[in-house]
Amino acid sequence: MVILSSKRTFWGQLRSLPILPVATIVFLLFVGIFAPLLSPYPPLDGDLDLRNIEPSWMSENGESPYFLGGDHIGRDVLTRIIYGTRVSLIVAGTVLFFGTFIGTLLGLISGYLGGVVDETIMRLVDFMYAIPFILVVLVSAVIWSPSLMLVIILLSIFTWPPFARQVRAETLSLKQMDYVSLAKVCGTSPIRICLRHILPGLFNTVLVLASLQVGSLVVTESVLSFLGVGIPAPAPSWGNMVAEGRNYMSSAWWISFFPGIAILLIVFSMNFLGDWLRDRLDPRLRQL
Amino acid sequence: MGRFITRRLISLVIVVIAITLVVFMLSRATGDPRYLYMSSYTRMTAEVWEAQGKAMGLDKPLIVQYLLWVKNAAQGDFGDSVHFRRNSLDLILKFLPATLQLSGISFLCALLIGIPLGVLSAVKRTSGWDYLGRSFALLGQAAPPFWIALILIWVFSVYLGWLPTSRKGDWTHYIMPVVTLGWLPAAGLLRLTRSSMLEVLDSEYVKLARAKGVSSTTIIWKHAFRNSLIAPLTYAAILLANFLTGTVVVETVFAWPGLGRLSVMAALNTDFPLITGLALIFSIIFLICSLVADILYALLDPRIRIS
Repeated sequence: MVILSSKRTFWGQLRSLPILPVATIVFLLFVGIFAPLLSPYPPLDGDLDLRNIEPSWMSENGESPYFLGGDHIGRDVLTRIIYGTRVSLIVAGTVLFFGTFIGTLLGLISGYLGGVVDETIMRLVDFMYAIPFILVVLVSAVIWSPSLMLVIILLSIFTWPPFARQVRAETLSLKQMDYVSLAKVCGTSPIRICLRHILPGLFNTVLVLASLQVGSLVVTESVLSFLGVGIPAPAPSWGNMVAEGRNYMSSAWWISFFPGIAILLIVFSMNFLGDWLRDRLDPRLRQL
Repeated sequence: MGRFITRRLISLVIVVIAITLVVFMLSRATGDPRYLYMSSYTRMTAEVWEAQGKAMGLDKPLIVQYLLWVKNAAQGDFGDSVHFRRNSLDLILKFLPATLQLSGISFLCALLIGIPLGVLSAVKRTSGWDYLGRSFALLGQAAPPFWIALILIWVFSVYLGWLPTSRKGDWTHYIMPVVTLGWLPAAGLLRLTRSSMLEVLDSEYVKLARAKGVSSTTIIWKHAFRNSLIAPLTYAAILLANFLTGTVVVETVFAWPGLGRLSVMAALNTDFPLITGLALIFSIIFLICSLVADILYALLDPRIRIS
């Protein structure tokens, strides 16, 4: 609520925006969108003469053309990291869209209607929490074979429950507000009450929750790719890259090291931004 | 309190039933379960095929098959593992201790590091300790566990040669897996303890105690700490249940002979009887943990009981 209350406070708040994390995120978005223009080499074709070649700044005889080194089949690590940004952002963005949409919708319905509907949806949430995510992913990967689509679907299925739970709680308290009762007295339809009078009040909670989820989504995607049940192999995903470099740790540490730094960077910035947003918008969510 | 627990138990039963349904459907998702065993029986005549179907109850309607499956599962029989050719439950029990040891030690370390550091961070706010604690937490929450594991191996095994890279053994084998598995929960606990500690330290009764001249040690440990423990304790029970994802990664990287690795092997070998057994057992462990968390929460905080 605070941030939207007046223009002046909005700009006042904005001035204390954490510059470094925001700059990092903007930079990564830029890199992800313009990946083909920025990357110096093709992401999938390697030069077998340059297998496991060291980063160019480490190279003494100046033979290495790759700034961050080459991987086990001679592909440029930097190029693959740049393309990996794309994969991570696509996964996080799409999943977040579906997760927030489904979660907000179900939470709103659950909180507003109450009764049997509420009970059913909340049991569904309990159920989603109780299912071991990693085992479902392992089984699904066997049944349908790993793909980008499968990762997005599975992550979306497991991302909505926290949204539903939080939105429901928020709806319950907003429902008690005088302006909602007055709208009811005026004969406003329930759908209009939900969309016009309650939904805007949920905005902060959903925004904070979503921003706090991005980091864990990126990590989860990379974990799945690392285990070999996420994005399938030749595609440049950060998790894949770390997994591919695993066997070359002693001779070519850069294959695994730099993609990990990329993950660290994006998650770090997103968590920082999420914390900042939460402290500004909805400090009650601190328990999360 | 009694009513609260009964309500929780009823919803627990409903969730368990839903889980068995989903697990059963997943176990049949690839089609006829007889195909799973096909590779082991190189040739199968039509009669054997039929007989097998009858033995497995496949000639009955799906709902009867489900009930049969639940009955067997309740007695601990999830069917023989396709890959290991052994009873799934026996296998799970054989791999369980390694996972329990690893997660138990990691959990303990997470508690012993996360909570005291959280208190320290809150009490000495904006000091060097606070920044140290928060950096520790931020790094733990941002770095992917598999990457931490690889970096640890690179530094301590490859470069320094101090610690063994994999498998179970004496205490040196525990260090890197425990650090990898425990860092994230320790970070979460630290942040939670810190924020709830800060909230309590800011409350009226702590101010009153300060004004009365109570020593700051008493204030911190007796007045503030005990009241700020509720959130971390609840979170701890959830953490314990969420260790599964962590153990899958850690056990894969460090070749640890536990349930996480068993799950990956089961999945890669399309071993449905084994993986359904694992899924069921893990869900039930999770449900029990969250039930304990809820009861603990209600016991510690009377406000929850009433609402």
